[in-house]
Amino acid sequence: MDYKALKLIASSNPHIRSNDDTRSIMLDVIVALCPALVWSIYRFGFRALIAAIVSVGSAMCWEWLYRKALHKPQMLGDLSAAVTGLLLSMVCPVTLPYWMLVLGNFFAIVVVKQLYGGLGKNFMNPALAGRAALVACYASQMTTWFDPNNAQGVKAPVSLIGQSLDGLTAATPMAQIGEDFAGLTATYSVSDMFIGFIGGSAGEISAMMLLFGGLYLIFRKVISWHIPVAYIGTVALLALVFPHGNDPVQYMLYSVFGGGLMLGAFFMATDYVTSPVTKTGQLIFGVGCGLITVFIRTFGSFPEGVCYSILLMNCTTWIIDRHIKPTRFGVVKEAAKK
Amino acid sequence: MNFGKQFKEGLLTNNPVTVQLLGMCSTLAITTSMANGIGMGLSVTVILTLANIFIALLRKVIPDEVRIACFIVVIAGFVTMVDLSLQAFFPAIAKSLGVFIPLIVVNCIILGRAEAFASKNTVLASAVDGICQGIGYTAVLLVLCFFRELLGAGTLFGVQIMPKSYVPAGILVLPVGGFLCLGALIAAMQWGLKKAEKKKKEAEKA
Repeated sequence: MDYKALKLIASSNPHIRSNDDTRSIMLDVIVALCPALVWSIYRFGFRALIAAIVSVGSAMCWEWLYRKALHKPQMLGDLSAAVTGLLLSMVCPVTLPYWMLVLGNFFAIVVVKQLYGGLGKNFMNPALAGRAALVACYASQMTTWFDPNNAQGVKAPVSLIGQSLDGLTAATPMAQIGEDFAGLTATYSVSDMFIGFIGGSAGEISAMMLLFGGLYLIFRKVISWHIPVAYIGTVALLALVFPHGNDPVQYMLYSVFGGGLMLGAFFMATDYVTSPVTKTGQLIFGVGCGLITVFIRTFGSFPEGVCYSILLMNCTTWIIDRHIKPTRFGVVKEAAKK
Repeated sequence: MNFGKQFKEGLLTNNPVTVQLLGMCSTLAITTSMANGIGMGLSVTVILTLANIFIALLRKVIPDEVRIACFIVVIAGFVTMVDLSLQAFFPAIAKSLGVFIPLIVVNCIILGRAEAFASKNTVLASAVDGICQGIGYTAVLLVLCFFRELLGAGTLFGVQIMPKSYVPAGILVLPVGGFLCLGALIAAMQWGLKKAEKKKKEAEKA
């Protein structure tokens, strides 16, 4: 049903009119992702940019096709599909064939988002669900990472078509951190990890660029600090308490800057649709994400757990929302408890 | 007795898997290759038909209070026969279907048809019902097997069909792929059935 056709909209207070809409929020998210995208283009060459364009384009195409086929109003202008496409391209290896990106976007947009009713009704983050589907489908392509450092220190551009990159692929820091932490610290310094001179996907190499984007989102009040702080804090705390190697602080920094944690904590776990509404709920959500991430990284067979931890916590959002209810305005606290 | 109507019900309007949503466990589990689908579909069809005939024969003898137990004993007898014959004559299929052949004993399709149809109808009607419902089940299995094997492994009956450059979508032969394919098939069937019903109603009105 088209809500605009309804004459009467009775929603819960506060009744404040603001100029924010889905489009402006999504635009902010895209702007916030730009530093990381630019960095990935600098590191990987133009293939990263083309992958992003293909991914955004195919996400919007799928959304348009689905809504066209089912005679639903078109909502491409709200840019939510564009954000999904952009995020998906940033969590996949830059060497991934383009058609796999298109398929991943099909899963993200059609299966996860539109089949459940479109924006606001999906129970999982579409981009992450698309990535999970791609990992299940094409495990070897999705775990082959490109590291420009490996060609004898020469920065090699990725070819735009094809993927004949044998010898240039490498394990990401997350694959190395559990098995060979000493080797990892020898290869990459902490500042390499922070600024982004490491291998991995476009969305995970530069913690610094993602942090810029995340802070911009918090500054613009698009997201609140609760989920990212709880999420990253939990991972950092667990790394400090159970470190590999001799230096807990060093291990903590590698754990926080490595992998998809920054992207996940700022851009994916904070998805309005799939995270709890209340601040307390968001803190619980963030801690849960952090715990599952560390468990998967430490005990799981996958080197990185950010994707699955957020997907799993997405599935618990309704439980958190049911049990953490805000105090009703105008009701005494004691009375509200009963 | 209306063979055509029963056949249409078994295959489409009252399909055991996509409409009654029975026997989902084996459907999801074994539909990874065409050979599996044919083996399982035929086994269930044979057992379903024989069990229906025997339960229809015994329907006046079986006391109402213990009918489920009696149905299960009859079904288990036939399942054991089919299980042993498969192991004797088709060991490869028996091995790849594994535990799902003995599990036909508790397959809801067979118990459901015994309860809903065979215990209330004549022997001949029950036999036809068994065959039709069995064909409906087999048809769904084969459709699922076709897509899952072709796209998930690039083969049909173990023979390479897709070109070498095709990268198989491994998700389809995983359990998750079973759920996705079955969900898509059920949605498509319901869409088609609703459309057909609407057309019929409009035709009646006009």
